[in-house]
Amino acid sequence: MSSRTLPLLFINLGGEMLYILDQRLRAQNIPADKAKKVMNDIITTMFNKKFLEELFKPQELYSKKALRTVFDRLAHASIMRLNQASMDKLYDLMTMAFKYQVLLCPRAKDILLVSFNHMDAIKDFVKDTPSVLSQVDETYRQLIEMYTPLSSGEFQLIRQTLLIFFQDMHIRVSIFLKDKVQNSNGRFVLPISGPVPHGTHIPGLIRMFSCNGEEVKRLQFRNGGNYTGVLREGSFEMFGERVIKLGTNMYSVSRPVETHMSGTSKNSAQKKSVNTAPNPLAKEELNMLARLMGGMEVQKPGNADSVLLCYEHCFNQQANAELVKIMGDFTEEAGEPCSSSANSKGDDLLAMMDGL
Amino acid sequence: MYHKEKSIQMKSSASALYNNLSVLRIAPRSLTYFTVVHANMVNMVSASWDGLNYSHRQLQSKEANVATSSSLIMQAAWCVLPSRDILVLTSQKGIQMYESDGSIMVYWHALDTPETQTAQAVFARGIAAVREKYICVGISSGSMLVFDVPIKGSNITLSEVLEEHKESITDLASECSGSLECIADMVSADDSGNLCVWKSGEDFQLLNKIPDKAIEAFCSSVKLWKGTVVAGYGTGQIRLYEAVTGIVHAEVNAHARWIYSLDIAPFSGLLLSAAEDSLVRVWHLTMTPETNSVEIVHMYNECVTDTQICGAKFCDGDGYAFAVTGYDLSEIIRYTQV
Repeated sequence: MSSRTLPLLFINLGGEMLYILDQRLRAQNIPADKAKKVMNDIITTMFNKKFLEELFKPQELYSKKALRTVFDRLAHASIMRLNQASMDKLYDLMTMAFKYQVLLCPRAKDILLVSFNHMDAIKDFVKDTPSVLSQVDETYRQLIEMYTPLSSGEFQLIRQTLLIFFQDMHIRVSIFLKDKVQNSNGRFVLPISGPVPHGTHIPGLIRMFSCNGEEVKRLQFRNGGNYTGVLREGSFEMFGERVIKLGTNMYSVSRPVETHMSGTSKNSAQKKSVNTAPNPLAKEELNMLARLMGGMEVQKPGNADSVLLCYEHCFNQQANAELVKIMGDFTEEAGEPCSSSANSKGDDLLAMMDGL
Repeated sequence: MYHKEKSIQMKSSASALYNNLSVLRIAPRSLTYFTVVHANMVNMVSASWDGLNYSHRQLQSKEANVATSSSLIMQAAWCVLPSRDILVLTSQKGIQMYESDGSIMVYWHALDTPETQTAQAVFARGIAAVREKYICVGISSGSMLVFDVPIKGSNITLSEVLEEHKESITDLASECSGSLECIADMVSADDSGNLCVWKSGEDFQLLNKIPDKAIEAFCSSVKLWKGTVVAGYGTGQIRLYEAVTGIVHAEVNAHARWIYSLDIAPFSGLLLSAAEDSLVRVWHLTMTPETNSVEIVHMYNECVTDTQICGAKFCDGDGYAFAVTGYDLSEIIRYTQV
């Protein structure tokens, strides 16, 4: 279908991945400098120039397996190590979050605003690192250049392509379940209330005209919903208010309640979080996990700096059994020492891309 | 006005594509066929009217050569001609035509796909049977292919290529009232909301072009009945135009999201609209030839909870029953009048 879908899929999934990793790094009280290095390394790889060049070429979407491999590599582009089960769960959460965002976009074009929300947050993660920041800015420019001229029909084709990619995925995500945006059967709640998209009128009016264009009759009908107004249009430029909240960080902390979550003042951008984000519940859940899993294991400096980081989210009712299993995995050997630079990681990704 | 009946289960779920449901009523055999597209496959279900027998068939999209990427199907629809019914599948690779029960492929037309991938997607979309012998199919380039279909057999030929639209075709519809008095035979809609009205024949003739004034317009579904074009838009609006002149008869703020499907029951003038907003609405159209006016009134709403509807069709010419499909749903939901 649309040959312009892959960049949006990659950037949005990558953005969700970064939100989750950032939250876990903070929840596990990883020292700030290490956490920052992890985030920077991953973001550097994600926005590698050569990789992005490949990504932005017109092409069909990768298969699910191929895309999963890309993210496996990306998640390991830093000193952080995840075991297989953790990676599975990370990927499930990323994909269900983006599926939700695509499905609930008011207009097809708003997928670009969702992408900008992710980009805005990523930019904030690396605002202190000029070299990475410039890569991120360059990506903004490429997104704007490629997508802002597209018509709404072309955006709808992109959206339909994404929906085919996400078809039949109904993994239950506890944050969504608790916030009642997902039903227990895994399907998302589609409200028939709230504001209508920009450019749409609230349903209810029929106007009939004579041959010379004069309105001759008006009828109202009951629309069966509870619509409350029209959304403003968000900004499609590098800066600006996006209006759409989809794609902002639903794991962000808006008030420091738990001691685990202290020291989050640096994440000021994320603090301007969505009103609808179930922050207390997300935190509670992650803290429970932290308690169950214990802390993480950090090797003495001087050794290859490998940090074993394991996390889990309660995704479904079988979570407890899974957790027990993961606890067993928790004591596995530390991951491979990371000695490669960001560049060679990028090359790995590229080489792997060529092979696809 | 309507109540829900027992749903029909499908082998796989419906994809989010416009007009993703086609219904063929076979009265002599007391059967109704339904087709729904799932990615690169079409689910075909035949349901007996007594509700006791269901049979399933799945049709695959034909991949030209040994393509690494699968060929996604954009639309599947029956074309009802006087002597035969043809099932047409349009995909990224081409157009497949089958005998009505899907058992035999009678024709394959490959699209010109460029060697290297271009930014412009290539696919066929928009299917209509026109008058006695034509099947028209739209292409992503904006062209429309007119096929000449013999009374029987597989000697289907490409009769004409209509080059009027500049954007991808979204939907085609032929005059469905059965009246021979109507001048316009077919209407075509494209990505930028433009509508073209045609007269069929050896050479199809463009009767009128109705441009869209709105910048963000996109027409996803279109019908033609008694010389009136009914068009459903991405903004959730439905508009009624006089086909030959382009005069706007009515404008309805019908849905809160993108309209995905429209259908008309030709004998009663009932109109069915369905959108991503989870709502199916039934309207009634009345023509007053003396004043050359068309009226539309709202009759009924049905909310298909938590579903982005992608297909909705009446199951008979009076609109006594209709069926609905939704993204990610593996069932065809049916409603009948109380």
